Amino acid sequence: MSNTMKTLTRRQLLSQSAALGASFAIGAGFVAGRAEAENWAMEVDHLAPGTMAVLIQMARDIYPHDQVADRFYALAVKGYDTAEAAPAIEAGVAMLNEAARETGHAGYLDMGWERDRVAVLRGIEDSAFFQQVRGGLVTGLYNQKAVWPIFGYEGESYSEGGYLYRGFDDINWL
Amino acid sequence: MTAPFDLTDDGVVVIIGTGAGGGVLANELAKKGVSVVALEAGGRYLPDDYINDEWDSFGQLAWTDPRTTSGDWRVAKDFSGLPAWIVKAVGGTTTHWAGASLRFQDHEWKAKTTYGEVAGANLLDWPIDPREMDDYYTKAEDKLGVTRTNGRAGLPGNNNFKVFEKGARALGYEEVHTGRMAINSADNDGRMACQQTGFCFQGCKWGAKWSAAYTDIPRGEATGNLEVRENCHAARILHDADGKVTGVEYFDADGNLQLQKARVVCVAGNSFESPRLLLNSASSMFPDGLANSSGQVGRNYMRHTTGSVYAVFDQPVRMWRGTTMAGIIQDEARNDPSRGFVGGYELETLALGLPFMAAFLDPGAWGREFTTALDHYENMAGMWIVGEDMPQETNRVTLNSDVKDAHGLPVVNVHFDDHPNDIAMRDHAYKQGMAIYDAVGATRVFPTPPYPSTHNLGTNRMSANAQDGVVNAHGQSHDIANLFVSDGSQFTTGAAENPTLTIVALAIRQADFIAAEMSRQNI
Ligand SMILES: Cc1cc2nc3c(=O)[nH]c(=O)nc-3n(C[C@H](O)[C@H](O)[C@H](O)COP(=O)(O)OP(=O)(O)OC[C@H]3O[C@@H](n4cnc5c(N)ncnc54)[C@H](O)[C@@H]3O)c2cc1C
Ligand code: SF4
Repeated sequence: MSNTMKTLTRRQLLSQSAALGASFAIGAGFVAGRAEAENWAMEVDHLAPGTMAVLIQMARDIYPHDQVADRFYALAVKGYDTAEAAPAIEAGVAMLNEAARETGHAGYLDMGWERDRVAVLRGIEDSAFFQQVRGGLVTGLYNQKAVWPIFGYEGESYSEGGYLYRGFDDINWL
Repeated sequence: MTAPFDLTDDGVVVIIGTGAGGGVLANELAKKGVSVVALEAGGRYLPDDYINDEWDSFGQLAWTDPRTTSGDWRVAKDFSGLPAWIVKAVGGTTTHWAGASLRFQDHEWKAKTTYGEVAGANLLDWPIDPREMDDYYTKAEDKLGVTRTNGRAGLPGNNNFKVFEKGARALGYEEVHTGRMAINSADNDGRMACQQTGFCFQGCKWGAKWSAAYTDIPRGEATGNLEVRENCHAARILHDADGKVTGVEYFDADGNLQLQKARVVCVAGNSFESPRLLLNSASSMFPDGLANSSGQVGRNYMRHTTGSVYAVFDQPVRMWRGTTMAGIIQDEARNDPSRGFVGGYELETLALGLPFMAAFLDPGAWGREFTTALDHYENMAGMWIVGEDMPQETNRVTLNSDVKDAHGLPVVNVHFDDHPNDIAMRDHAYKQGMAIYDAVGATRVFPTPPYPSTHNLGTNRMSANAQDGVVNAHGQSHDIANLFVSDGSQFTTGAAENPTLTIVALAIRQADFIAAEMSRQNI
């Protein structure tokens, strides 16, 4: 995580924030976790910080795991912050915000209930933008090694000698 | 001690592909003193190179050259560029395979006689008597070190198997055990016993699972009669005015076109690349491609009727620990048309890691219905269905001239529609699979759609008569005496069993035939 995170302190970040979305602090060139426990911030070079914030929320709404912190979702979509990818993502997020406005909200991040955001996502799920983001998350989120322990998955086992002596047959409730 | 053969040496047998079929054939011929050049499109990876990581391993070993798809199978929608999950490396897909090694049942060699006319199915009997295969199966089992055969012990059952076994017994199933696996249950053949690492699909880092990459290939090379040229992609098979094949054009590791002369050519590139090569070798003498007077090259593509059943329990299973395919139920493998379909199926445990589970559990799905399943990944158990599917002439591999690979060669399009028999079988298997887990207290079950095909069969099928198929009972093409097919594409029908033991047994048998025909100067 650290290589993508800004070295500023949270206090500095929050004081620079132009806007506080539903769950993120959005400032000039960065998005940050808003909660005290969410001690992370991500610099963006090509996407507007507000766009990145929507993208992170959208990622969570597509694959919601309440036990997985925002920073993992942020890392999962960080790859779109390139000169090449940014225009299509900006256009997609603009479409998403517009769809949210049509339901009477100020924007995607202003919809408090997941069910309202999901309804908007259902409306655009056949779009290339949605499919790009969803498809990218399959590896972007679930192939993060740091996420695996949250699901109990143990990953590589050869260096530990496999499971022959580490519980391959330890089930005790059958 | 690898033998370097000259490009102009027209006494060699050229084998294209070094997987289950080609790798074994290469070693068996080399052991008999036959000179062999094996061309392999992929590179060479050994146990030290294998990676305990699903996507990294896929990137290292899988065939990811472009292919296209059509038809009503869900793979064409979810994985349109990846109809099959197979390997491009020395040893072929035996690096990825799980190791389940089952003999066909006798009646499966005679599908047409046993099942009768099935509307829409292009059924045929194999031109082989099951008794002829007994000795070859024994040789194949000994080569692969298959557990529970010829005196070898079975593997211990892991957690995933214990859940599966308990549910199976509750339903009254009787043929339930830890499988006949090409995985050492004890040190065997210079390779160690299984350490229950759980990455069988990613290449076994202990070498406990048989793979041609570190058994047959180096042994063939050690005879001095086998030269394996890796990173060499066969492009075209050439022939003379008499219609005999004379050599193979291939792109070498630097992308330069080379021509290796040959006395005999054996095609073993798996069921997409083998017909592709025959079709890409069309000439003025053979305008429809080599060995294709029947028009059957590329047709009758079979992939087994598959699907998976996963289930979540209220307590941990940790299915990923231990052998990926850890056990089997064989009671449904019989032919019993009263179930509403002909042929049968096997149920085998299967585990995916979290990254592959996310990709394959319900491709394209999103939202809480999907993610709450993954939330309980630790409490999941899983099984795989493998059953006989019907050969259909319209399920076929064709050249797609609109899409070219890195060498500028047309790629294949793979068309597949399920036959009604396939659907009836899959639905039956889903029902049984879900009942098995319900019997152990599953709180939620998932009848999961088929993955990109791991078993690819039938596209150059064997037939007694030249007009019905591409090769005869020895895998020799009906049209060209010194052209052979040596992989799963020669399967007449698919049977319910995982195919590799049969591919290996047929390769051992074919080596006997080729060596004998060469010494008789017939080829
Ligand atoms: C994940 C997974 C699990 C499996 N588990 C089992 C199991 O438990 N039991 C079982 O029986 N089967 C299993 N299989 C299937 C088994 O791996 C295949 O049936 C078997 O390897 C097929 O053998 P083959 O010789 O036909 O082709 P392959 O083993 O695929 O070998 C073909 C080789 O030809 C090469 N090639 C292709 N085209 C060219 C060309 N033009 N020039 C040069 N080289 C070329 C390829 O690179 C490849 O190395 C599994 C497969 C997968 C993917
Ligand atoms: S579980 Fe056994 S066979 Fe599979 S990779 Fe591990 S040691 Fe090899």
